[in-house]
Amino acid sequence: MQARRLKAAVAVAAAVTLAVTGCAESKRGGEKSAKSTLVFGAAGAPETFDPTFATDGETFRVARQMYETLLDHKPGTAELSPGLAESWEPNDDGTAWTFKLRENVKFHDGTDFNAEAVCFNYDRWHNLDTEAAQAQAIYYLDVFGGFKSNKGEYGETPYVGCEATDTHTAVIKLKEFQGKFPAAFSLTSLSISSPTAMQKYDADNVVQEGETFAYPDYATKHPTGTGPFKFVKYDEANETATLERFDGYWGGKAKLKKLLFKTIPDENARKQELQAGTIDGYDLPSPADYQTLKDEGFKLEIRDAFNVLYLGINQRGPAKELSDIRVRKAIAHAMNREQLVKTKLPEGASVATQFMPDSVLGYADDVEKYDYDLDKAKALLKEAGAENLKVKFYYPTEVTRPYMPNPKEIFQVLSDDLAKAGIEVEPVAKPWTEYLDAISQTRKHDLHLLGWTGDFNDPINWNGTFFGRGQKGFGTEGMKDMFAAIAKADSIVDQAEKESAWQEVNRRLLSEWLPAVPVSHSPPGIVVKGNIKGLVASPLTAEKFNTVYFS
Amino acid sequence: MTLGALTERKQDRLDRLAAASAESGGASLLMDALRRLVRSPVAIVGGAIIAAFVLLAAFAPLLAPHDPGVRYDELIDLGTASHIPDHAPGFPLGADNLGRDLLSRLIYGSRQTLFVGVAATLMGLFVGVVLGGIAGALGGWVDAVLMRLTDVMLAIPSLLLAISLAALASRPNQWTVIIAVATIAVPIFARLLRGSMLAQRESDHVLAARALGVREHTIVLRHMLPNAMSPVLVQATLTLAVAILDAAALSFLGLGDQDTHRAEWGLMLGEAQRYLDVRPGLAIYPAVAIVIVALGFTLLGESMREALDPKNRR
Amino acid sequence: MLRVVVRRLLQMVLTLFALSVLMFAWLRNLPGGPAIAMLGERATPERVAALNHVFGYDQPVWVQYGRWLGRMLTGDFGTSTSSKMAVARELSQAFPGTIELSFFALAFAVALGVPLGYIAARYQGRPLDSGVIIGTLVGVSVPVFFLGYLLKAGVAVRLGWLPPSGRQSAALDATHVTNFFVLDGLLTREWDAAADAFMHLLLPALALGTIPLAVIVRITRASVLDVLNEDYVRTAEAKGLRRQTIRTRHVLRNALLPVVTAIGLQIGLLLAGAVLTETVFVFRGVGWLLADGIQERDYARLQAIILLAAVVYVFVNLIVDLSYALIDPRVRVK
Repeated sequence: MQARRLKAAVAVAAAVTLAVTGCAESKRGGEKSAKSTLVFGAAGAPETFDPTFATDGETFRVARQMYETLLDHKPGTAELSPGLAESWEPNDDGTAWTFKLRENVKFHDGTDFNAEAVCFNYDRWHNLDTEAAQAQAIYYLDVFGGFKSNKGEYGETPYVGCEATDTHTAVIKLKEFQGKFPAAFSLTSLSISSPTAMQKYDADNVVQEGETFAYPDYATKHPTGTGPFKFVKYDEANETATLERFDGYWGGKAKLKKLLFKTIPDENARKQELQAGTIDGYDLPSPADYQTLKDEGFKLEIRDAFNVLYLGINQRGPAKELSDIRVRKAIAHAMNREQLVKTKLPEGASVATQFMPDSVLGYADDVEKYDYDLDKAKALLKEAGAENLKVKFYYPTEVTRPYMPNPKEIFQVLSDDLAKAGIEVEPVAKPWTEYLDAISQTRKHDLHLLGWTGDFNDPINWNGTFFGRGQKGFGTEGMKDMFAAIAKADSIVDQAEKESAWQEVNRRLLSEWLPAVPVSHSPPGIVVKGNIKGLVASPLTAEKFNTVYFS
Repeated sequence: MTLGALTERKQDRLDRLAAASAESGGASLLMDALRRLVRSPVAIVGGAIIAAFVLLAAFAPLLAPHDPGVRYDELIDLGTASHIPDHAPGFPLGADNLGRDLLSRLIYGSRQTLFVGVAATLMGLFVGVVLGGIAGALGGWVDAVLMRLTDVMLAIPSLLLAISLAALASRPNQWTVIIAVATIAVPIFARLLRGSMLAQRESDHVLAARALGVREHTIVLRHMLPNAMSPVLVQATLTLAVAILDAAALSFLGLGDQDTHRAEWGLMLGEAQRYLDVRPGLAIYPAVAIVIVALGFTLLGESMREALDPKNRR
Repeated sequence: MLRVVVRRLLQMVLTLFALSVLMFAWLRNLPGGPAIAMLGERATPERVAALNHVFGYDQPVWVQYGRWLGRMLTGDFGTSTSSKMAVARELSQAFPGTIELSFFALAFAVALGVPLGYIAARYQGRPLDSGVIIGTLVGVSVPVFFLGYLLKAGVAVRLGWLPPSGRQSAALDATHVTNFFVLDGLLTREWDAAADAFMHLLLPALALGTIPLAVIVRITRASVLDVLNEDYVRTAEAKGLRRQTIRTRHVLRNALLPVVTAIGLQIGLLLAGAVLTETVFVFRGVGWLLADGIQERDYARLQAIILLAAVVYVFVNLIVDLSYALIDPRVRVK
């Protein structure tokens, strides 16, 4: 018996050796000329392949290769451009949007893209009728606020209906004008799917299972869009999504034959995989590694910053003094944001003067700037009788966000700054989800670090998100003037008027309300091998890989 | 209920160590062991490392050129997001990621590391000795229940237990680390002390004392406990090494102290993960320090254990 | 023997039940939770409430526990909030990885440790012996994650000999049958896939195997020394048996008993070490899932992993006990 075991062991060893020496050929025909296959290192696994139900950037990154939206952005900018719609036009009061659709566009399943398909998609979202599906259609909810029949505490939807006036003209009708249109039509969550495939594979059948959701076959096996790449498979065990070129694409066909997204959750590991050559690029390299990567011949693309980091100040937290604007101004003056940006944030980062980057409509140059001035900070504190100010400063651990590459360091720097102004800081560190829970659902904190990466290019996505209504994080529930001013600016149809209204909002936000202190805009990087060409970095991190090739 | 051979192995080791205290005339045994100890080069090396470490910790304020918690403007301004100066005038090892003096942090780190290791070991020792002492002295069902408990705890991989405990804390800090690491030491000391008490129960000197009419608690406190101390001391030395390593592991997993003002080697190592390429020294110095110190305690502890082991006295 | 097995299994069920109640009570009381994890920066109280309602988190705890237990008994461990995969499925993919890793780590430790321990014992007290002993002491003093980092930075990144992380290269597009990647490669005759998976295992196995190696060396040495002093060995020597025969027949065979136990003990430790090793090498096994689950507050996954670890541990215990009885008839299972 022992002898037999020994033989078996030898056989296994031999097989392994054989495998290592690689003298046998795989039956997959081993596409060894990697020049047409690109492997991109993703930070997280895609949640689903139906972007309707997705919220995170990694899911959207894959979706953007397979799907398209009515409106798109000019490559490398946050400016709106034609997508599946060649042109778009609102009526006078902004309640009906007419889209002239591109012709000769096919879905991956061979069916035609037309006005009916667009309406099918918009009606589908509007008619989602299970609690699970509604709760998961998070971006649709952000834009439209509710559904035909709400299965939760949602608002009333402005959506009236969609009409295909001819094969290539679709009209979306709304109850009222909202400032987020037309920009919101470019959201990846509002990607157009093939109606045939959605019906065949039961797209709406999201089932809630215990703590989360199970998605139908459409979202897991048969996602079907019009994009330059089509879905092949998702290997769960090795966390790899495989896409391949869609030869029937209407626009510039993909130069790559295959596009793989491999999940590597650890930042260091992504870098090392790139250095070892097993992946061809990855997103969000740590700013600490910028120099190393460049020195080693990798191509580092720095996007324009389309995000903001702010220091939230809770006016209804333990430190009552913070309800006094002079104290909040003192905090703003005590922060040495210049030094933070220069020494701890990635190159190209800048001090934020307001809660949106300058590429967004309504950015105002003449807001109150709050230069670093310790004396002024101390004077303001004294004036407000808050010399003994003691604050609980919350910050997250074990997380990096594009606007906040290392929360712990940013916290240390800012808390040292505050200490220099005589403010006593009690640090409270929490893991990300607990942190979000604490700062959005409770009132135990005084200060917190948070930020935002823009979804679309409209001020309502910035100021509106933070300050459009009362939030526990800031304790802003009573600031009715602020809400009113933001709601008013959002309701203006005329672009010039809208711009000046938002500029006024920004000025008042900084000088009159100061519910938070804007800290910085950090440009997120994306890195690829030196021989990769054609990648256009997008401020919305919406890179499309069809233009990418190996040289 | 038995948890099987696995835990028995751990228990065996402890029981054998405990048996050392049962030999009558504990004092001469100790002398004997000591004599063998000072002749062992391994023990001397271990002892020297520990002595150096303790001196470093004790005199840190004298040895460190700067305040470890202060961010120096001259260092901050030399750095960027992807550059950390590795030397500067007056700062021989340069800065850490936040512009603090690395050398001073390394020196002060010995204090905090020693503190965490000793505090965790003492805490584990105290609770373990109390539980083990109670079990050994009382016997009966108290003993049975307490020992089942230690069996279960010994059965769980210790680091896994520490991780779970540390993860329980909603605000991780140095005390949650100390408690997590101390907890995994409790069953070890409990078992050890109980074994030692049981072994002595029937030994000559205890029987003699009992025959002379000495009261039971006097026997326990005067005779049994002191004799049990040498194996406990050996185990404490070994536990210190494990405590330092486990605390470092918790910091590495992000479950350590979140306040980086305090310099601690495990924490410094955890914080350095982002700068492995930029400044490997940030990780390597504290890591090597941890290895050396853990090695020191292991060397001394193992040679002490060997010296005490009755088997080695043929 | 059968009675013992049945009794053990019963004990296991009881233990698991108690553990599941504790786990559930603890995890449900943590702040954060899947709704927040899902919503991120856009977590408004209304959104969180809506999601929690869908999840049934607004139900009383015992109702939640009852539902959860019911699902679990049918093999449904829920869905992971961080990967959006069914936990059972996630584990069925990660667990083989951990087993594969532990197997290679242990194989490395045994293959090197037993001979080293034997040699050290043979040359007791000589420099070779001291060298081996000091080597083992150094081995246990190096934190696993630091060793892992050194191996990764040196062998994988600087020298580029082995892959730095993961279980398999994505570009291979390998087929998976059993989720034991090496085995899969052999079964499907995708030799390059098997080789690739094997290469991915080497460094983590080395890092993970170091402490078990040190322990096995020491135990083998001690055990061989014990046996060398036994009467039957002296008798054999006196009988004039050939040295080779004495070594293999008498010494090694008898000395291996405690070593087997020690190996069993190492399996438990390997699971703990796997958390660190898998984190360093981003090796998607159970240890990585656990560390990630703690960070992401992934309730469903954590519950399942902790229960799984308990089951495995009890089983390994049982198996070691039984194999002990098989190897040595003197040991009667109590």
